Amino acid sequence: MKPRAAAIVGAAETTELGRIPELAQIQLHADAALNAMADAGLSAADIDGVATAGEAPAGIAHYLGITPTWVDGTSVGGCSFMLHVRHAAAAIAEGLCTTALVTHGESGRSRVGRAGFGAAPATLPGQFEAPYGPGGPPSTFTLGVLRYMKETGLTHEQLAAVAVVQREWAGMNPRATYGDPITVQDVLDSRMIAYPFHLLECCLVTDGGGALILVSEERARDFPVKPVYILGTGESVETPMISQMEDMTTSRAFKVSGAKAFAEAGIGHDDVDHVMIYDAFAHLPLYGLEDLGFVGRGEAGPFIEARNTAPGGQLPVNTNGGGLSYMHSGMYGMYALQESVRQMRGTAPAQVADAKISVCHGVGGMFMASGTIIMTNE
Amino acid sequence: MADYAKPIPVPTPETQDFWDGAKRGELRLQRCDECEQLIFPPRPFCTKCSSRSVSSFTASGRGKLYSYVINHRPAPVFGEDPYAIAIVELDEGPRMMSNIVECEQTPEALLLDMPLEVAFESITDEISLPKFRPAGGN
Repeated sequence: MKPRAAAIVGAAETTELGRIPELAQIQLHADAALNAMADAGLSAADIDGVATAGEAPAGIAHYLGITPTWVDGTSVGGCSFMLHVRHAAAAIAEGLCTTALVTHGESGRSRVGRAGFGAAPATLPGQFEAPYGPGGPPSTFTLGVLRYMKETGLTHEQLAAVAVVQREWAGMNPRATYGDPITVQDVLDSRMIAYPFHLLECCLVTDGGGALILVSEERARDFPVKPVYILGTGESVETPMISQMEDMTTSRAFKVSGAKAFAEAGIGHDDVDHVMIYDAFAHLPLYGLEDLGFVGRGEAGPFIEARNTAPGGQLPVNTNGGGLSYMHSGMYGMYALQESVRQMRGTAPAQVADAKISVCHGVGGMFMASGTIIMTNE
Repeated sequence: MADYAKPIPVPTPETQDFWDGAKRGELRLQRCDECEQLIFPPRPFCTKCSSRSVSSFTASGRGKLYSYVINHRPAPVFGEDPYAIAIVELDEGPRMMSNIVECEQTPEALLLDMPLEVAFESITDEISLPKFRPAGGN
């Protein structure tokens, strides 16, 4: 990082210090942030980077009304904010964001609205979602899908086809948890989990792990394996409360992250040979294909049903079988990255011939966050 | 309601007005005094222009069914039967999670865009939950 790559142009503490029982912890972050914005003559619309610890970056960003292209939730104790400043400077120098906000707030004494263990009934999700029984991801992550179906015409059969096609890919992969072929009718006949989602439209729950090692481009050829280059990257967050998404039929975080990655890579969609889209549930490849711009609004269901993403199709997607059939440990993104690397090395069990560019797209939380990595072997 | 086992909201200073209103049978929303942006969940500033000048008002309590799922997984404190987790779009614009009451919990009965009206459920001396029922019923 070059000297003077970034500068602090706004700085402030909370309006009060000491004992502040009239503010919840999240409002302590906001109070300090609003004061710093005032110090710099800025508002939330001017800010595109958020770093924080103690609260989640998505919680702070959405609470303040910020749409970030860069977030940092590095949480390493009391010196976290020094690290945030360092990361923010690097991010700005690299163009990941232009105006980064680092916030701290802690209701350490009064403990108002401070996340505890379990349901945390004083947090915003604790007050405005938990009382209605959203339960786990199968009955929460899926909440927007009936709306999507009404607005786009997606059928139950097309949703089921996502699982069917991915099972075909899994059948070519000896490490996949499930490889036996299934039909649309099998999916629709499987146990109802959270209408309109059946068991086979929900991800597996398995054990596993993965790791990646990255080095500079200069050193990339000093290793025994074929290098896979990071061509473009993107990230964003929207909200930790799925009920508060701007539009539950599309992910703002997907769109921001994807557009950023494509712009950085300098490629068009026609240049892409292989795609991974984190599929905790069957609707995620639909949202992903549309929000990343591979197909238009409402076209993803028919696109998958017509076998465009299946073996032999024009745009292979989730070639390891995905979270629906390959494996899903809880934080599946690592496995999507591993499959993109395999495809770029030419070593995937279901190898896409001559694949040169892979788009690997992940979700965090339940449409809370997103990250996109575009890789190439050239 | 000593036997009420579901999660119970704990208000914070920023949300107290909402829960006080709910106890009175009023659905409270906020509007920015500067740019008229509607704000939910409550917070003492605007998410659009960052103004600290916002005012609460009592909303119509009317809305429509935006989306939902019907949970079939075990959820002991929410009862044995499948139940809908709903997203209600208020006439004023904001959306909120809720449950639909006085209605069969089936895809045939729960129709997207059906008109709804708020129906408060008193669960403690301090908290009444805003739920929704099909509009036009009694």
